[in-house]
Amino acid sequence: MATKAIKLRDLRRAFITPEGVDLRLELASAGSRAGAFLIDFGLMLAALIAMTIAAFYLASNSGKGGPSEGVFSFVGVLWLIGFFVLRNGWFSLFEMGSRGATPGKRLMGLRVVARDGARLTGAAVIARNAMREIEVFLPLSFLGAQAAEGLADTFLIIFALLWSGIFLFFPLFNRDRLRVGDLVAGTWVVRNEKAGLVEDLVGSAQRSRRVFPPAALKLYGVYELQTLEGVLRTENPEAIVTVARTIRAKAGLPDDGDDYGFLSDYYAALCVHLESGLMVGRRRESKFVEGQS
Amino acid sequence: MSALLVPAPGTPLVNATRFRQAHEPDWQRLEEIVTRMEKRSIRSLSDDDLLALPGLYRTTLSSLSVARDTSLDRALITYLERLCTRAYFQIYGVQTPASRQLARFFSRSWPAAVRSLWRETLFCVALTLGSALLSYVLIRGDPSWFYSMIPEGMTDGRDPTATAQFLRSTLYDTPKGEGGILGIFATFLFTHNSQIAIFAFALGFAFAVPTVLLILYNGLMLGAFFAIFAAKGLAFNLTGWLMIHGTTEIFAICISGAAGIRIGTAIAFPGPSSRADAAVDAGRTAATAMAGTVIMLAVAGLLEGVGRQTILSDNLRMLIGAAALMSWIGYFYALPLRKAAGGD
Repeated sequence: MATKAIKLRDLRRAFITPEGVDLRLELASAGSRAGAFLIDFGLMLAALIAMTIAAFYLASNSGKGGPSEGVFSFVGVLWLIGFFVLRNGWFSLFEMGSRGATPGKRLMGLRVVARDGARLTGAAVIARNAMREIEVFLPLSFLGAQAAEGLADTFLIIFALLWSGIFLFFPLFNRDRLRVGDLVAGTWVVRNEKAGLVEDLVGSAQRSRRVFPPAALKLYGVYELQTLEGVLRTENPEAIVTVARTIRAKAGLPDDGDDYGFLSDYYAALCVHLESGLMVGRRRESKFVEGQS
Repeated sequence: MSALLVPAPGTPLVNATRFRQAHEPDWQRLEEIVTRMEKRSIRSLSDDDLLALPGLYRTTLSSLSVARDTSLDRALITYLERLCTRAYFQIYGVQTPASRQLARFFSRSWPAAVRSLWRETLFCVALTLGSALLSYVLIRGDPSWFYSMIPEGMTDGRDPTATAQFLRSTLYDTPKGEGGILGIFATFLFTHNSQIAIFAFALGFAFAVPTVLLILYNGLMLGAFFAIFAAKGLAFNLTGWLMIHGTTEIFAICISGAAGIRIGTAIAFPGPSSRADAAVDAGRTAATAMAGTVIMLAVAGLLEGVGRQTILSDNLRMLIGAAALMSWIGYFYALPLRKAAGGD
């Protein structure tokens, strides 16, 4: 449990606003980055296919008995430019927008941010995305061209995969999950999700609550309290039964048959207890730290 | 303990609750405004909302600080963190409008970036000319060198065995004799060359070695074609054929090569700053220059695909090429640049 908590915190980076508050941005995980890229890649492919079909449709339906030369050339120019913009502009143009994210990144709740906290400039966006050429498109088109000519032998495929692999897994080899493009552009990708304001667990004292002996409240610290908060919010019946049984056994309390009620009362009481510690500057991080005496 | 747990009805038990009761309307208003900005733009806000935004943002930010220190409700802290982050990006991360960015790119960033790459650009130009000279001398001495330098598919019959008449026809006849194809031809040249420029930039990451090879090879091909045309007494004609677009195109390739070299050298020899800082500095300058070469190559594509096919006079072709080169040089190196207040 403790190692997991440390791992989660590992992706947090200090990010101080001009007002002096640390927003503690959370870096995007490698999985969500890959997911976002796959979504974008799929969308690009779909756009390419749609564009090609439209071009064929335009070219074949324009004149009687075959396309006229003017239309043919016009459609050809459009297609070529469309392909170029799609390949080189998809990522850059979306990331230059106010959302700082491609559709794939938006779906995954990600955003590109300048590492130094300054405004994300066009130059940085272009730099980070031009690098995709050597990360993805170069080995891909190389492989495609060789395969089309029947020249793609095992060695070439291995080489192309190895080349891509180095760049593909580059984010896993550095602490900040930077792509080569991020490295050169001075950017990183952070999570930027919405979170609704959920219900207050403790609320106001409308009813009488269970009373716990002081010894029962000294068992746990903030980490356990927040884990209990998670259990109460997800409302998984099995977890509630297990946690209630564990706490009862540890505190030596009798079972009164109402697990959820017991846990929410215990949560409120523990919260009050730990908060009273906070007020005098004593924060008990977890059950492994000595409680305030 | 029991005294704490039997407060007057309606009194909040914990800070999180107290805190929420006091500030929730502010947070929710901020959330609503931020959501609207994310969905549409800042222009969709009413004057009231616009005026309230900075205050709400600061209130929520201070709520976050207070909540972190006094509240143990993790869901509440997460909510405030995410809300503040979203608001921060809407307030500080807003991009300058595209029109102003473009104006700044042309009036300052682009020429400034190219100017700062002058040493690398000079190196690339020298490399192109040097390798062109080398392959020219080699092939004039022994034409069989041609076949080891130029791949089969590139030549279209323009090799040492071609007749003078055929070579002359490649300089003046419109390929495939179709006027309607010109547009496609120009576009193809533009996208193909731009792709190479972007490669030259990106490959610079590998300590600039592939970029240097790319420039070197470009020069070799140039010299090789000169050699076979010069052997048939067509050097002057080829110069016109090449210059009309080549001055712009080769200059653009040299600049994108210079951009790649800047990245490669910054990573290999970061100097006094840290490797990461040097890479970022080089990367942003180089990317600006590289984006500019795409524009140059669009111009070159037009000159090559349309201009060259319609203008057949050698002198006029050279004149256009020289004029294009002079205007690029003037734009990049002689234009007085206004010092911008901040950033690039």
